[in-house]
Amino acid sequence: MTTTLPARPVTQTPRPVAIAPRRRKPRAYKIFRVVALALVVLLFIAPLIWMFVASLKTNVDIYDASKTVFFTPTFDNYDNVLSRNNYFGFIFNSFWVALLSTVFSLLIGVPAAYAMSRFAMHRSALVVLMARIIPGVSLLVPWYFIFANMRMVGGFGVLILSHMFVALPLIVYIMISYFDSTPLELEEQAQVDGLTHIGAFLRITLPLSVPGLATAGILSFIFSWNNFMFALVLSGANTKTLPVAIFNFVSYASIDWGSLMAAAVVVTVPIMVIALFTQKYIVSGLTAGATKG
Amino acid sequence: MTTMVTTKPSMWKNSSTWANRHRKWLFASPAMIFVGLLIAVPLGWTLYLSVTDSEGSVRAASNLVGFSNYVEVLTDTDRFWPAVMRTFVFTGGALVIELILGMCIALLLWRPFRGEKWVRVAILLPLVATPVAVGMMWRLIFDPNIGFANQVLSWIGIPAQPWLSGQYTALPTLMFVDIWQWTPMVVLMLLAGLTSLSDEPDEAARIDGANAWQRFWFVTLPLLRATVIVTIVLRGIDALKTFDILYATKGKGGGSFHEVETLNIYAFGLSFDYNDYGIASTVLILFFLLIIAIMWVLTYRRKANRS
Repeated sequence: MTTTLPARPVTQTPRPVAIAPRRRKPRAYKIFRVVALALVVLLFIAPLIWMFVASLKTNVDIYDASKTVFFTPTFDNYDNVLSRNNYFGFIFNSFWVALLSTVFSLLIGVPAAYAMSRFAMHRSALVVLMARIIPGVSLLVPWYFIFANMRMVGGFGVLILSHMFVALPLIVYIMISYFDSTPLELEEQAQVDGLTHIGAFLRITLPLSVPGLATAGILSFIFSWNNFMFALVLSGANTKTLPVAIFNFVSYASIDWGSLMAAAVVVTVPIMVIALFTQKYIVSGLTAGATKG
Repeated sequence: MTTMVTTKPSMWKNSSTWANRHRKWLFASPAMIFVGLLIAVPLGWTLYLSVTDSEGSVRAASNLVGFSNYVEVLTDTDRFWPAVMRTFVFTGGALVIELILGMCIALLLWRPFRGEKWVRVAILLPLVATPVAVGMMWRLIFDPNIGFANQVLSWIGIPAQPWLSGQYTALPTLMFVDIWQWTPMVVLMLLAGLTSLSDEPDEAARIDGANAWQRFWFVTLPLLRATVIVTIVLRGIDALKTFDILYATKGKGGGSFHEVETLNIYAFGLSFDYNDYGIASTVLILFFLLIIAIMWVLTYRRKANRS
């Protein structure tokens, strides 16, 4: 540091006090920051609150501008959605498809990510990540006819397979960057102590990777729960998932806004609750690879 | 008895040694075979369909027509090229605004403050919300008659807008929805990049008398280059393929004037509403090539920059 200073005498104004630690931010900036942050939060949250509020209104109140804020809340919309439109069935479908596709994807994705990380299989990783790049529509027509031939369209099997196609690249991507950052030394130590390579993976690396597995699993569950396009084509009347059910809600002439918003709340709230409790994992999963070159 | 005792462990040992020796492909192949089967076969089929006049049902008799589908699609200025343009406008516009806005918010969140956790949760919520539900939510807010958006406009004296139902306002409105939902993703990515930076370059620039803007533009941003490019690639791919909010708000064909019909929506409509598989496959192959080309440019430039 000091050696470079003589080369640039112009900037060498000695201000020993001013540069001491970090300068204190001016008061104006602090106020600006608080206001800006509040605005940001409001912008991202307000529409969600609006959705929730509308789900508690009757359709008459939704059409009445004077009742924007003050109205008598009612749970009729939820009653309508859950009991009369069989939404419990759709919740059940969404949940099982998301859970099973996540579990199966973890089962085949985690060992794959491990091998790809330890053996630097960049090309193989690229093959799996192709699944993320390719437009889903280009696979849907062939899938539909292949699976229709196997009499699988409309069943849970095909839905789980198609959602695994979304979950797997995600899991592989997250777990590769996780395994890349786990040290090799522990595994090598375990091998010195008599474990095989696979034994070291199962007994040492895997238990140490639980945070990574949680991250990959939670995100894969969320992506499957939210998936719309595959279920739109491949699900049947009995296997419809929540997003498709919500979409079908509006195909009639006039929209029942209150019930539609209640249905939207029903699909988003479970995910948001999960997000609240697992925020740390979700963020680390979404930003996996962000700091890599 | 003795032979069993000796053979059993040795068989176990043999297969165990075999498994350990071949663990690389033993571990990697199930996932690769799964993805390979679900991609290679369908993609090959799509490629084949794109040179046939297949229509109505894939199993119905169809003829090989060579590249006439490609000629038809590439000269189609009525639906195809406008869809290409909308795809670029939507992706480019949304991506640029998300990056700028995301960078501003990430910088606001960078240094620790009280209540940081709650702000982060608030930012995470749009990101995890189900896109179809998000589409429906904005459909109510942007409803020309009862929506909150026009109510706000009336308070400040601006005439009501058609928003999603207008021929020229629908696409910008949906870009806004995309920005609302996905700016948080950009914020989180950039914030991860920012927190991984060391303070020293920033401090050095401060000592040299650089102001806040100069420190950001000449110090922080160049250091963040890799993160910004990863963000552009990931977000760009997803934005190009946007389907859920477009289909949930405008339905088939992207509205009555096809005003939000991007390539993905166009291809989906050709496949499942018109069963015009030949043309649909051609559009999809071209769409896929486009994505590959963009990816290649981005990663190629990245390598060129690094060396």
